[in-house]
Amino acid sequence: MSASGTAYPRRRRRRPSGWHLVLVPTALLMAAPLLWMLVTSLSTLTETRQYPPRLPASPQWHNYVQAWTESPFAHWLWNSTVVSVTCVVSNVVLCALAGYAFARLRFPGSRVAFFAILVTLMVPFQVTMIPTLIIIKHLHLVDSLPALALPSLVTPFGIYLLRQFFVSLPVELEEAALIDGASRLRILRSILLPLMGPPVMTVAILTFLQVWNDFLWPLVVTSSTDVMTIQLGLATFQSAHFTNWPVLMAGTVMSQLPVIVLFVLGQRFFVSSIASSGIK
Amino acid sequence: MASPAVVLIGVFGLIPVAWSIALSFQRNDLQTPAEWVGVHNYDTLVHDPVFRDAVLHTIVYTALFVPLTLVLSLLAAAALNHRVRGITVYRLAVFLPVVTSTVATGVVFSWLMDPEYGLLNAALHRVGLPTLGFFSSPSQALFAVVAMTVWGWVGFGALIFLAGLQGIPPELVEAARIDGCTRAGAFWRIQVPLLRPVSGFLLVWLTINALQLFDEVYVTTKGGPLHATTVVVYYLYQQAFQYFHAGYAAAIATVLFAAIALITLVQLRVTREDPDGGTAR
Repeated sequence: MSASGTAYPRRRRRRPSGWHLVLVPTALLMAAPLLWMLVTSLSTLTETRQYPPRLPASPQWHNYVQAWTESPFAHWLWNSTVVSVTCVVSNVVLCALAGYAFARLRFPGSRVAFFAILVTLMVPFQVTMIPTLIIIKHLHLVDSLPALALPSLVTPFGIYLLRQFFVSLPVELEEAALIDGASRLRILRSILLPLMGPPVMTVAILTFLQVWNDFLWPLVVTSSTDVMTIQLGLATFQSAHFTNWPVLMAGTVMSQLPVIVLFVLGQRFFVSSIASSGIK
Repeated sequence: MASPAVVLIGVFGLIPVAWSIALSFQRNDLQTPAEWVGVHNYDTLVHDPVFRDAVLHTIVYTALFVPLTLVLSLLAAAALNHRVRGITVYRLAVFLPVVTSTVATGVVFSWLMDPEYGLLNAALHRVGLPTLGFFSSPSQALFAVVAMTVWGWVGFGALIFLAGLQGIPPELVEAARIDGCTRAGAFWRIQVPLLRPVSGFLLVWLTINALQLFDEVYVTTKGGPLHATTVVVYYLYQQAFQYFHAGYAAAIATVLFAAIALITLVQLRVTREDPDGGTAR
């Protein structure tokens, strides 16, 4: 990896690597759908109906204006933000508390409870969906923002990840404080919190992506336009503009922009978080 | 400390599982009082031709989607595992579909695969191949769904494989190269076997997700044309929320759960075993 030119004279840095010949087509192929979405979102309707397809003569920014004003995109983005941020904060706090408790404390039923959590990790959402909807009905929360957030306030994976993290820390870190009479919460806040950056970041990013991009649960539990999240809104928008591809693509770009911007800004964090969901 | 989390997991994770299994023995339309009907739902399920088709479509879809995604993401990860100029941009291009929502993927591909004005048919026409009907053709729609979802998941697979490749000490490959091994030989004989735990995880993860396919189908084909893309979860959704057969849908959910649990167990057992007797794990 870090081999310099002197140690391996064969690998000169000056000549461009042959890997570009593989990487350029791969990257183009993977980026093409999203790039074409962008191109179409700036075309006129007539331009989308010509052969061969070509770039727009001049960018049609009004497609975005039309999508934004015809449908409550701002409202949908706001709903998604509220629900996602709520779930991120709640997951970070509750999973940290539970993870710490399962790592350090022995309380009645702690083993059974942790085992039960591991079991729910393997249950697909489609299995719990119908009873969850019935519970939400009994709580009189159908078609509301709390209903969207409630089932995702805690994720078993978050608890598991943070428990593994706390188990990996040496107990000695906390012993002095315990002897001095500090409470567990106090220890968590002032000794462990500064160390929790990476796993908390992972829980936050994975929760955010999951809740922001979720489609099935919002589809099942909401029905009115002003409670919809951005993904459900986009699907609704699609059925309303089925053949107006430029405006539809403009709406799609707007729906993806927040996550794409976050991903580009924090690519390193996103990549390591997603990777740690796999290699564990 | 753990109680809020345990209560929430109990209410929204554990109780619904038991409840769902109970529901599957009921006639329940989510409105009028439920009625216990024994194994009636399962009995109907076995003889339901649409469900049989849905299972078949799900199996065909999974059998194509999983190996394609695994192989393509392994190759993409191998290409991305080089410190060449602009590698961040290449990686960005491959990884962006990971954060693109399933709904957006569906919307964008219904445009790319539009039979009349879509980019893909324009490309096929350009190189002199016959154009395709994609989502509007009963014989092609399922394959179009495979192509679309492979695009959506290759980035995820590549990301996981790349992390795995970067965890392999470079000395191993360098030693083999000094001993005269070709670069391709070192990749297939040293790196790929060492990736076994990673490929095992991906195999399980991709299979679970393939069996749960729903979003992309809802957005592009709504299970059509002529049921050609009606997969198990789509049928479950239709039964529960279009026909209000919640009990019947719960029976489908239970069967799906059992299938996923069984396949996961088998795959875990198979991928844990190491024929070469060492390295993996």
